[in-house]
Amino acid sequence: MEKKQKTPVRRETWRRLLAYLRASLPILVLTILFAGATVVLSLWIPVLCGRAIDCMIGPGHVDFDGIAECLVKIGIAAGLVGILQWAMNSLNNRITYRVIADVRRDAFNTLARLPLSYIDTHPHGGTVSRVIADVDQFADGLLLGFTQFFTGIATIVCTLVFMLTIHPLITLVVVVLTPLSLFVASFIAKRTYDMFRLQSETRGELTAQINEVVGNQPVVRAFSKEEDCLAQFDEINGRLEKCSLRAIFFSSITNPSTRFINNVVYAAVALFGAFAVIDGGMTVGGLTSFLAYANQYTKPFNEISGVITELQNALACAERIFALIDEPVETSDKPHAVDLAGARGEVRAEHVDFSYVPERELIRDLDLTVRPGERVAIVGPTGCGKTTIINLLMRFYDVKSGAIRVDGHDIRDARRDSLHGVYGMVLQDTWIMKGTVRDNIRMGRDATEDEIVAAAKAAHAHSFIRRLPEGYDTVIDDDGGALSAGQRQLLCIARVMLAIPPMLILDEATSSIDTRTEMKIQNAFATLMRGRTSFIVAHRLSTIREADIILVMNAGRIVEKGTHDELLARGGFYAKLWGAQFESAGA
Amino acid sequence: MKTLFRHLRAYALESVLGPLFKLLEAMFELFVPLVVADIVDRGIASSDRGAVLRGFCILIALGIIGIVCSITAQYFAAKASVGCATRLRRDLYAHIEALSFSDLDKIGIPTLITRLTGDLNTVQSGLNLALRLLLRSPFVVFGAMIMAFTIDRRAAMIFLAVIAVLGAVVAVIMRASVPAYKKVQSELDAITGTTRENLSGARVIRAFRMEESERDKFASHNDALYRRQLFAGRISALMNPLTFVILNTGIILLLRTSGIRVNAGGLTTGQTVALYNYMTQILVELVKFANLIISISKAVSCMNRVDEVLAAEPAMTFPDAAPEEDPAAPAVEFRGAGLRYSAGDASLTDMSFRIERGETVGVIGGTGSGKTSLVALIPRFYDATEGEVLVNGVDVRKYPADVLRRKIGYVLQRASLFKGTIRSNLLWGSPEAGEEEIAAALAFAQAADVVASKEDGLDSAVEQGGRNFSGGQRQRLTIARALVRRPEILILDDSASALDFATDASLRRALASLDYKPTTVIVSQRTSSIQHADKIIVLDDGRIAGIGRHDELLETCPVYREIYDSQYRKEA
Repeated sequence: MEKKQKTPVRRETWRRLLAYLRASLPILVLTILFAGATVVLSLWIPVLCGRAIDCMIGPGHVDFDGIAECLVKIGIAAGLVGILQWAMNSLNNRITYRVIADVRRDAFNTLARLPLSYIDTHPHGGTVSRVIADVDQFADGLLLGFTQFFTGIATIVCTLVFMLTIHPLITLVVVVLTPLSLFVASFIAKRTYDMFRLQSETRGELTAQINEVVGNQPVVRAFSKEEDCLAQFDEINGRLEKCSLRAIFFSSITNPSTRFINNVVYAAVALFGAFAVIDGGMTVGGLTSFLAYANQYTKPFNEISGVITELQNALACAERIFALIDEPVETSDKPHAVDLAGARGEVRAEHVDFSYVPERELIRDLDLTVRPGERVAIVGPTGCGKTTIINLLMRFYDVKSGAIRVDGHDIRDARRDSLHGVYGMVLQDTWIMKGTVRDNIRMGRDATEDEIVAAAKAAHAHSFIRRLPEGYDTVIDDDGGALSAGQRQLLCIARVMLAIPPMLILDEATSSIDTRTEMKIQNAFATLMRGRTSFIVAHRLSTIREADIILVMNAGRIVEKGTHDELLARGGFYAKLWGAQFESAGA
Repeated sequence: MKTLFRHLRAYALESVLGPLFKLLEAMFELFVPLVVADIVDRGIASSDRGAVLRGFCILIALGIIGIVCSITAQYFAAKASVGCATRLRRDLYAHIEALSFSDLDKIGIPTLITRLTGDLNTVQSGLNLALRLLLRSPFVVFGAMIMAFTIDRRAAMIFLAVIAVLGAVVAVIMRASVPAYKKVQSELDAITGTTRENLSGARVIRAFRMEESERDKFASHNDALYRRQLFAGRISALMNPLTFVILNTGIILLLRTSGIRVNAGGLTTGQTVALYNYMTQILVELVKFANLIISISKAVSCMNRVDEVLAAEPAMTFPDAAPEEDPAAPAVEFRGAGLRYSAGDASLTDMSFRIERGETVGVIGGTGSGKTSLVALIPRFYDATEGEVLVNGVDVRKYPADVLRRKIGYVLQRASLFKGTIRSNLLWGSPEAGEEEIAAALAFAQAADVVASKEDGLDSAVEQGGRNFSGGQRQRLTIARALVRRPEILILDDSASALDFATDASLRRALASLDYKPTTVIVSQRTSSIQHADKIIVLDDGRIAGIGRHDELLETCPVYREIYDSQYRKEA
């Protein structure tokens, strides 16, 4: 079984694990030494006990000096074992937790630089569980591995040596019978593997159903679907019950079975040992030590088989974590990359082609020139590729061919953070960071209280923030709850108000804000946008009427380009969209 | 815990038989040292090979009885715990579906999902362990002591002392480590939060160039976690060494006493061996017991959290019989209705208006003005805390839930679909709907092209939450879902926000032409969406700022006028 796992991937995983352990190597050596000493000393104790028992032959025939000598030695050995074991445990903890911290740090550093194409296409829950659950599991396996693997092996070797010194033939009995318990354990593990997989799949199915139904209770109730959802739940829950029962029961046969084999070994030692004593090849004390050994000898085997499963699991987790760490990150800045800070704000797109998936081309041959301070409105029906343009402007995605230039520099030649720095962005999906309202406006920037309040006021967020239970110190998070959609958006606008970057990207920034507030915000934006290159995506044509350039998009292509009046006069796609706003329902 | 025991009662037989067989196994295990003592004292002392062989056979027999008993016990324990958890999960799920929205808001959806999944899994494995081991370990420990007493009273006193000291040490260490591990958990939660944020907020974090500060934040939590783990680990690292030292002290005392007793003729060598064996058994079981207590206490706290949810009484009750409706009454009437969520200021105050049958009514107002709260009172998602809400002349509190809600086609602000197919989602509206009705609903909702664009048409797969559809497509499909049921009352809560103007306008035209003339309530922020309504209700900060037709309101209602102007500044 073990040989099969040593595929190149496994070996690579081991190699990297060891790399993480390199810094702790001296401590590691120390713990192994301690483990060895602990094992030898604690195995010596049964020998001493056996000798003490041999000093008690019968009434009137007890060698008290001999017993005293043994007891003093037991005391010393036990004391030393206590101290060494404690030191070993502490050092093991130190190593393991250090490795965990390092692995988590590395995983996070990759995660923080993953390209958005990865983040957009991989479920977040899965990635989070790699950084959290997998690392934990891997740590548990590692910790168990350290404390039990070394002591286990050492115990087996030492017990073997001690037993051989007492009676070689009976030792042979133990050595021949013990592997049976390992065999049984691995037999059961193999048979139950599929049951556990089915269990975790069914569990996943149930969790998905729960997420969907519990998360969408308003819809469920509005359509009186409580019963149907419950029935659906019952069906999955019932299947889960069946496969859980199978998996749990069959895997729980392992312990009784291995224990049974241990008992057989124990009985065999008692039998052959007793015969040996009768034949004079061994003392009763020797038999006692032997019986104690027979118990201890099988225990590490069981532990090691447990550890092997644990280690396999830990390795699988490690593989997943390393896969995440190795995930290609956003390309680094080129050497001597241009710093865009203080850009005038001229943006040019030259023959830009782009698609998320190769088979579905989204943007073809896009050409666009925006002079500093111009306002660009991007309009068009849903799904026409408006947000794609933002992904490209911010370089969340790279263009397939062609180039986007800011102040004449290809943005791929610019420092990524300086590119992000020149844009102020408010996205359609408002995102709130867990923290105080103040932190959410500051977004990592150094700002005085006055500046923060001024930004909130400019975004018309100040009045609702003041009404929150703790004002600017109210802790909020992305689950929202405390804030309405509109309030979240106001907060996101306040962020940009504080940053005052030279260029703006506004993606449906006003979709959940009522028109009165929107009007006020637009006044503020008008001030903000003065002299700043701005890209605005919105469905509300009235909000983008004053744009210098209107890009009308349809099916990924820019179908029209011009000012509001020009486009209306042209009577094309834009004019049709515009007309729809004034068209009367039912008239 | 009461609910757990109630469900366990259904598995009374299993939950008695499980521990019972486990005890049987333990009991036979306790005989082993006695058998060995017998081999030493009778077999070896008198060189009786027959006695030794007999002893061997008894040991093997004990082993066989042991494996049979424990496998039986494992089966019963697994059956009772899995069955119990399954029933609990169902109970909780049904209970959540019965809770009112105010209750759900209070507890929070993510919490409820954790209770249903992770917490109940922990309860299941805790229960399984408890059934298997909770009785066994103390039984072995005290059984060993009692066996020791039957062998020699004086030696047994050492057992008593060792058990007491071991028990105390184990308890103290465990007690000390619980708060330490709690702190570890809270730091781990912080790390989880930061990790999740860096995925969900990747765009914003990068746009605001917070990568550096996020990395620092993660690093500081990561360091804190490392320190807390070390601290907690330091406490539990004491467990094994301390118990080892105590046990061996016990063995030293035992051997000394045995020496004296053997010398005086009160004890045989075989019995000394038996006592020594019992002593070593104690430690193994005590440590197992300690670990068991940890797992069980985790399961108990999970169960308590589940119980908290189960203890929340649904704040809303519904009558069983449908009430007598008044055919002359307006479709919807608010009489001085007010709504105050449990915490905070009133969301709605003194709402009084009538919506006649077949009328189209627009509701408009600023963010947080109470539009969604207002329409949520009609299907009785919340109970008015003041006044009353009537549908067809009957107080909504007098309707059975499904009778009331079947009248209403409700399209929510957040457009969510369910895993399945487009068809299965549309059938939510009306399970009996035929092909034609579905096609009609899709056409009216401007969603026909959504279906047409998919390869498998109506049978195209919908992923969880409908994430394989764009926001606008989802909105149109949810509208179609509401139309499939041909509702008496159609409520559109800002349901066209992701639609472009052309589609929005076609939708409005289509809705106005519905042949069954539903009473329609449209919540919107765009005056264009509601200006042709028969009646417009203008909300401002939870109060009615004006009711009337578009042109009336332009004259009389300054709030409406302002909203309108903000949208049609120049041309209008």
